[in-house]
Amino acid sequence: MIEGISIYEILTLSSILFFVGLYGFLTRKNLITMLMSIELILNSSVLNFVVINKYLYPNMLEGVFFAIFIIAVAAAETALAISIIINLYRLHTSVDISETETMKY
Amino acid sequence: MEKIFFYFFALIIIVFAIASVTSKKILRAVIYLLMTLLGIAALYFMMDYNFLGAVQMAVYGGGIIILFIFAVLLVHHIEGELDEPKFPRKILIALINFVGLTITLTTIYYHKFEVIPNKDSIEVDSLGKGFLNYGEGGYILPFEVISILLLAAMIGSIIIAKGRKKI
Repeated sequence: MIEGISIYEILTLSSILFFVGLYGFLTRKNLITMLMSIELILNSSVLNFVVINKYLYPNMLEGVFFAIFIIAVAAAETALAISIIINLYRLHTSVDISETETMKY
Repeated sequence: MEKIFFYFFALIIIVFAIASVTSKKILRAVIYLLMTLLGIAALYFMMDYNFLGAVQMAVYGGGIIILFIFAVLLVHHIEGELDEPKFPRKILIALINFVGLTITLTTIYYHKFEVIPNKDSIEVDSLGKGFLNYGEGGYILPFEVISILLLAAMIGSIIIAKGRKKI
């Protein structure tokens, strides 16, 4: 644990990060920036897992395992989503969510 | 001393996160996101989880941000500005998020956590043994599933990004 820092402060930080990511996800209109907001949300949840493992159950490793799984899933999701975005740009010449209405061509 | 460092990194994380979701230039937003991710990696290092911090820096700083930059350069005009949502909509979403944040924080602060003070660090070999352990409490099955998921995502993204060839 970090010297002099209670668990409440780190949980406050991760909740603020989560809601900033949610704000970005709801206000952005561009697919790439929406994906970036999802990264923020995933990161805040990873931080939660790690902090709770460190502060409450220091002799176990479950939080770290799940943190690594979430990081792997986030990497896979980003790669797939960006390839979909590039394909979408090829079809519509735009990555704006208001202009991508058709799923099939 | 560590308190000062923690508040410094927390400030970096929050300020750059807000800048990342509100910036009008998309490439700058990606760089702000990188700063946020590196700040979180610094928090992992401060909690003595060195391996996790290294993974965070390598996967996010090295992999995902590069992917984002490539995507931005491929599909976007760098100088172009993103169009903003309408002002009332922005205020409404910010208000809803603020209410959610307040509810979350009150729940957190009313809950009593039983903190165990410790200075433990994790060894990488215990992590690897946990991943490859097929006994009780082992994580071999999720580990294999995540490997297959990564492989499938890689092949799928290659096939999707290549597009359909005209015969």
